Amino acid sequence: MSSGSGSLSRYIAIRILLVIPMMWVLLTLVFFLLRVAPGDPVSAAFGGKLSEDALDVRRHNLGIDRPLIVQYLEYLGQVAHFDFGKTISDNRPVLDLVRDNGGATLTLTLGAFLFAIVVGLPLGRLAGRYRDSWGDIVIRIFGVLTYAAPIFWVGIMLVLLVVKLFPSWPTSGMASPITIFTVQPKTHILLLDAIFSGDGTAISDVLKHHVLPCFTLGLLLSGVIIRLVRVNVIQAMKGDYVEAARARGISERAVVRRHAFRNALVAVVTVIGLQVAATLAGAILTERTFNWPGLGTQLVKYILARDYIAVQGLVTFFALIVVLTSVTVDIINGLIDPRVRY
Amino acid sequence: MRGLLRQIWNTKGLARWILLVGAIVTVVFVLFALFAPWIAPFDFNQTRDAAGVKFEKLASPGSGHLLGTNDQFYDICSRVVWGARTALEVVLLSVVLSVVIGVPLGLVSGFLGGWVDRVLVFVMDAIYTVPYLLLAIIFAFMLNDRIGSGIVAAALSLVAIYIPQYFRVVRNTTVSAREATYVEAARAIGARPTTIMRKYLFGNVVQSVPVIGTLNAADAVGTLAALGFLGLGIQPNEASEWGYDLSRALDDAQAGVWWPALWPGLAIVLLITGLTLVGEGLNETLNPALRRRRLLPVRFTPREKVDAT
Repeated sequence: MSSGSGSLSRYIAIRILLVIPMMWVLLTLVFFLLRVAPGDPVSAAFGGKLSEDALDVRRHNLGIDRPLIVQYLEYLGQVAHFDFGKTISDNRPVLDLVRDNGGATLTLTLGAFLFAIVVGLPLGRLAGRYRDSWGDIVIRIFGVLTYAAPIFWVGIMLVLLVVKLFPSWPTSGMASPITIFTVQPKTHILLLDAIFSGDGTAISDVLKHHVLPCFTLGLLLSGVIIRLVRVNVIQAMKGDYVEAARARGISERAVVRRHAFRNALVAVVTVIGLQVAATLAGAILTERTFNWPGLGTQLVKYILARDYIAVQGLVTFFALIVVLTSVTVDIINGLIDPRVRY
Repeated sequence: MRGLLRQIWNTKGLARWILLVGAIVTVVFVLFALFAPWIAPFDFNQTRDAAGVKFEKLASPGSGHLLGTNDQFYDICSRVVWGARTALEVVLLSVVLSVVIGVPLGLVSGFLGGWVDRVLVFVMDAIYTVPYLLLAIIFAFMLNDRIGSGIVAAALSLVAIYIPQYFRVVRNTTVSAREATYVEAARAIGARPTTIMRKYLFGNVVQSVPVIGTLNAADAVGTLAALGFLGLGIQPNEASEWGYDLSRALDDAQAGVWWPALWPGLAIVLLITGLTLVGEGLNETLNPALRRRRLLPVRFTPREKVDAT
C-alpha cells in the first residue's frame, strides 16, 4: 500500500464510488418488489372507489400504463435528481412529505441518540470495568431487556405509567394544538420554529412532548450502546498499552479513562453509526406509538392507503439515508484510524 | 445430532443455566401453541359465550375473563394463548425457509467463487444495508396484495431478512474450508464438486446454523409483532397476533386502561427472552472458543508391574 494521504484519498474515493452500485441494487430491489405485483398501484389505491375509465385516466397520468422497463429507467433518473415521485392517493411530492414530516423524525432520533449516549457510555464503561460484579450483571440484564422488549410495548407501558402518575404530562403528538396554531412554520422543524418564535410556553410545550418518545427510543439504543462499550472496554483493558500504563504507575482510574475507554470508543463510533438503520426502524414504531407526526407515521398512513408510489418513495429515501450515513461513518473511521483503509 | 445433544449435556456453569431457563420458557410457549384449544378458555375470535351473550367491551380482569377483554370484545387470556401458536408457526416457517434457501446458496457461492460469488455477495450486502424492518414492510406490503395477510405471507416477509445472515456465515466458512487439506484429499481421489459440497463441506459449515437459527427465531417474534403493530401483519379474524392486539391497545393506554396492552407484550418479551437464552446458551456450548465443559472423572487403568530383568 502506498503511504500517507494518497491512500486516504483513494480510500474515500472508492468508498464513495461504491455507493452508486449499492444504491442501484437497492433501488432495483424496491422498484421491482413493489411493481411486479399483479394489479397496479392505481387499482390498489382506488379500486372500487372510481369507475374503470377514471382509473385508466389516472393510470395514464401517472405513466404506469407504459412498459415496466421504461418506468424503471425513469424512476432511476428521478432518484438521481433526488425526486422520489408523487403520492397516488393525495398527489403530493414525496419530497414535500420529507420536508414537512422529516423534522419531527429528526428531532425524535437526535433526542433519542443524545439520551442513549448520555446513559449508555457511562453505564457500559462501568460494566466493562467492573466485569462480573453485581453492577455489571444488573446493567447486562438491562441490556438484554431492552433487546427483548418490543419498543412499542415499552412505549405503551410508559404511557400508562405517565398517565397514572402525571395526568397532565403529554403522552401523544408533538405539541398541543394551540402551539401548532401559533408557531410560524419556517424551518419545518417544530422545535426550531418554537425557539425562533421566542414563545416560552411554546418551547416548553414542544420540549415536554419530546421527553417520552425520545426516552423510549433512547432506551432501545442505550441497550445497544451499553453492550458495545462494555465489550470494547473489556477488550481494551486486555491491551498491552493498558498494562504499560499501569506499569508506569498511573492510577487505575486514569488508566480506564484515558487509555482503555478512549481506545474502546473508536470501535463504538463505527457501530453507533451503523445503528442508524436500527434507529430508523425504532423511530417508525415509536412514532406510531406516540402518534408522532414524522416520516414513520406517514409511511404507515400510505401503507394503509395502499399507495405504492408513496411507499416506494419513502422507503427509497430511508435507504438513501442509511447508505449515506454508513459511508460517512466509514470515511470518518478512515480519517481516525489508518488501519481500516483499503 | 447425537454429538450436539452430548455437547449440550456436557455444558457447565452459566451456559448450562442459560440453556435450561431458556428451554423451559420456550417449552411453555410451545405447549401453549400445541394445546391452545384446551388451555385457552375461549376461541381467539370468540366474542360471545356459549349462551350467545356478547362479552363486555374492555371488561376488567377478574370474574369470567381472567385477564379481561379488549376493545374488540375478545378475551385477552385466550388471545395471548392462541398468539403463541401464531408466533411459533410463523417463526418456524420463516427460519426453516431461510435455512433451506440461505445455506445452499452460501455453500455454492463460497465453493464456486468467481463472478457468481461476487454478484451474490454484493446483492446480499445490499439487502443487508436496508433496515430489517423496512425490508419486512416492503415484503409484507407486496405480499398482502398477492396472497393475503395470513401466516404464510407473514413468514415469507421475514424470510427475506434472514437469508443474507445464513448466506454470509455459510459462505465465509465455505471459503475458508475450501482450501482445507481434507477437501484437497477428496478432490485428489476424484470426488465431484457436488459430492464435496454435500459430504465434505456441508457438515463443517452448518455448525453455526443452530445458533443463528434460534437467535433469528427470537428476532422474528419481535419483527412479526412490529409488522402486526404497523397494521401489516395477520388480521384478527384469521389468527391471534400479539402485535396487532398491541396496536389496538394504543388508544386504551392513552385513557389509562392497562390490561389490553400488558399481557400480549409480556408474552412477546418472555418468548424473545427464552429463545435468546437458548441461542446464547447454544453459542457458548457449540463455539469452541467460548465453551467450558463439565469435567468427567478420569479413571486410570492400573499400572501393570513390569518385571525388571
